[in-house]
Amino acid sequence: MFYRENGQFKTSYRADQQILPIRQDRLLMAGLLVVAYLVVPWVASDYLLRAIILPFLILSLAAIGLNLLVGYCGQISLGHAAFMAVGAYAAYNLAVRVPGMNFLLVLLLAGVCAALVGALFGIPSLRIKGLYLAVATLAAQFFIDWMFARVKWFTNYASSGSVSTATVELFGWKIETPAEKYLFLLSVVSVLALAAKNLVRSHIGRSWMATRDMDVAAEVIGIRPVYAKLTAFAVSAFYVGVAGALWGFMHLGAWEPAAFGINVSLNLLFMIIIGGMGSILGSFFGAFFITVLPILLAQVPAMLGFNLSVETGSHLELMIFGALIVFFLIVEPHGLARLWAIGKEKLRLWPFPH
Amino acid sequence: MKKNWPVYTLGALLAAGLIAPLASGAAAPGFWLEVLIGGLMAGVLYSLVALGFALIFKASGVFNFAQGAMVLFAALSLARLSEAMPLWAAFALSALIMVVFAWLVERLVLRALVNQEGVTLLMATLGISYFLDGFGQSLWGSDIYKIDLGISKDPTIILESVFQGGILISKEDLVATVIAAALVAFLAVFFQKTATGRALRAVADDHQAAQSIGIPLNHIWVIVWSVAGVVALVAGMVWGSKLGVQFSLQQVALKALPVVILGGFTSVPGAIAGGLIIGVGEKMAEVFFGPVLVKAFDLAGGGIENWFAYMLALIFLLVRPEGLFGERHIDRV
Amino acid sequence: MNPGASLQAVHQAHIGAPILQLEGISLAFGGVQALQDISFDVREHEIRAIIGPNGAGKSSMLNVINGIYKPQQGRITFRGQTFSHMEPWQVARMGIARTFQNLALFKGMSVLDNIMTGRNLRMKSNLLQQALRLGAAEREEIAHRERAEEIIDFLEIQAWRKTPVGRLPYGLQKRVDLGRALAMEPAVLLLDEPMAGMNVEEKQDMCRFVLDVNNEFGTTIVLIEHDMGVVMDISDRVVVLDYGRKIGDGAPDEVRGNEDVIRAYLGVAH
Repeated sequence: MFYRENGQFKTSYRADQQILPIRQDRLLMAGLLVVAYLVVPWVASDYLLRAIILPFLILSLAAIGLNLLVGYCGQISLGHAAFMAVGAYAAYNLAVRVPGMNFLLVLLLAGVCAALVGALFGIPSLRIKGLYLAVATLAAQFFIDWMFARVKWFTNYASSGSVSTATVELFGWKIETPAEKYLFLLSVVSVLALAAKNLVRSHIGRSWMATRDMDVAAEVIGIRPVYAKLTAFAVSAFYVGVAGALWGFMHLGAWEPAAFGINVSLNLLFMIIIGGMGSILGSFFGAFFITVLPILLAQVPAMLGFNLSVETGSHLELMIFGALIVFFLIVEPHGLARLWAIGKEKLRLWPFPH
Repeated sequence: MKKNWPVYTLGALLAAGLIAPLASGAAAPGFWLEVLIGGLMAGVLYSLVALGFALIFKASGVFNFAQGAMVLFAALSLARLSEAMPLWAAFALSALIMVVFAWLVERLVLRALVNQEGVTLLMATLGISYFLDGFGQSLWGSDIYKIDLGISKDPTIILESVFQGGILISKEDLVATVIAAALVAFLAVFFQKTATGRALRAVADDHQAAQSIGIPLNHIWVIVWSVAGVVALVAGMVWGSKLGVQFSLQQVALKALPVVILGGFTSVPGAIAGGLIIGVGEKMAEVFFGPVLVKAFDLAGGGIENWFAYMLALIFLLVRPEGLFGERHIDRV
Repeated sequence: MNPGASLQAVHQAHIGAPILQLEGISLAFGGVQALQDISFDVREHEIRAIIGPNGAGKSSMLNVINGIYKPQQGRITFRGQTFSHMEPWQVARMGIARTFQNLALFKGMSVLDNIMTGRNLRMKSNLLQQALRLGAAEREEIAHRERAEEIIDFLEIQAWRKTPVGRLPYGLQKRVDLGRALAMEPAVLLLDEPMAGMNVEEKQDMCRFVLDVNNEFGTTIVLIEHDMGVVMDISDRVVVLDYGRKIGDGAPDEVRGNEDVIRAYLGVAH
């Protein structure tokens, strides 16, 4: 009964085109941000931040990136972890080779490097699509994996092949504790998520969706397929690259090339399938789900008195992920985001059924 | 045939790469031949997995990402069952398990996703793949298991009179080759001569037309997934006996994807040829060009074989998307 | 449905010089000759119909003009510019729009977004401006939204503005298809069977929209249609195709009397 839009008339197209046209949604979002900035850093334990919230935020960003390509532009990729790797190693090299560079600039340039590589591996999409493109993106995954493992320059000739990062400093602010990392990540992710939302409701986003829904018709109304597809690859890889850099610097701290293997690519894909293809909000849902599920699986049985080995837990996790993917593809191809939308629709009409 | 020149160029380049180490004297003929044979043997195994892909794609248009997981699962079943019973019984029981699996896949997944886009089906098979990995390892365990085919592991030396020191090949590899050849022959007969085979080909040509003349689609899918399951079992058996049954089989099986791209998604001979090309190509590249690359770019080791197959497939996709033997109806933009 | 005589006179007076000329177009797929040496022109502001039995090559003709098919021979002149190969998006940017026989709407998008996508080729703001929704990008979006709303009003689909097109009934989807093409503000509009599968009432509506587009916006129209009544009523000149050849060209009345045309439609006694 409190979630109604009666009486909220739009008198301008500007008002009608807002991201959240319903007042209650705007209030909810504002409240969420207040809680996220003012309450969470004080209340959440370091463990909670480190194990769930930080990875959740970074993976959300990566999922948004992949969603822009797969969910909005309809181009499949099984190799997005490789673009995360490009972002992470680019950031590492920038930080090592250009001491004192502002971390925001490092992130930006890391994203740009990933975008360039992404656009390069997006070129096959101009000639092939669907399953064929899937294999082409696997080439990106395996080649880039190999490149970072073998070309010594990228790891700054580290003997073990693994790299580690120094504490990030931003305008004199040392980002060290989980709470500080959280605040930094929250800001980066909020800004980039907003930008993604802006893109998909602008003409570039429409050209992606048009290419996804009916590529011939898109071209006939003047959308250049080369431009639409390559920008989708580039923007997608930019997001994923920034996420990769953050994953390296804020979450892992030190990593080996295997940290960005094909399993990560598949996990990202699962996030958007479960969360909702073609939905920015869904990317958050999916990332949250995939981050939390393994932790729940590790802890809930123990709380209930069962003693699952780590191994059994990880097998169970594989089975549940697999079953959920199939379930969502069959029952709700638009994922959790669609369920959320249906729930809101119901709430709008409540207590009446229609 | 026009537009074939990129293929010829690529073929010529590959052939040049094949011959170069020998011609330049960088490798002794005996060693070169040994690498070549090693590559062919690995290629046979790729072909076996690729065969499963091609079968399913031909009959149901599904790009079965779970083929690798099926190989692993079948191999695990065989390895664990053979601990308790003779190998032939374990094989039969594993085959039965794969048939049940095929039936379940059709019932629970394919039936619900009929007429969906290829990419959706691909993602569904990713889900199946994860499920099967988790299920297989919970059921059978996740250590490294052995499959003992009762063949000696000792290498045989052949052509001693031609090359100094002769050429080393393993009996196991020879057996694998024979098994693969037998399987291909069996499948060829199955497709050409039996009523089921004809129905399968009809479905592959046109789903709706096949349905309209009374071929039960669901039935066909169960059969083709069962056949692919048995092919996976054979591949898993051969491979497992060589490398041991372990999770990494799954990764090796992923190599079958570039193989089917190269051979054409719908072609059985293509799968075989693609497997051999990739098997030989990556071995040659690793052994002869790896060191060159390592030296030129100061790499920390070779490992070209990790990506060689995929990059080759990528280039192939750009010049000839339908593959070597595939039919020319492809989602081209 | 018949426009008044004076209106007809005004319309006739507006028809100008040829805006689109096709010369010697031949198109083959493998061994099948889809179009053979076809030439005709379209004058500015006129309604030009292409008719013919099934498989005559009508849709192929539109696909050639659109740049979807590349003819082996022949050339196209549009507004004085001659070309033989052109990509569909380039054709669109030159001012040729198109609707589809089998609906080709963007199913995942709302009516409004479908029509807004038709404005895409006129939108200039760059990626960064769009991402940040800086003033210019926002202003541009609003300006184009106004144009899109005019089209929505014109086609009387206001109530479905935010509905995903996939959920609309067929007749309305056809209107959205037209709306998306109109949003491009084309000089020439190609309509591929705009009334196929419609009931009488829907056909009347669509006829009215086509005539209004032609009258109010001055858009030149090239139309494929099966309903002979409609064709004879609204078009100024008609091209008749049969088996990929042109067998007739002229005013509706002339074409009606053409023996080849009668034969193609009624068949000959063997």
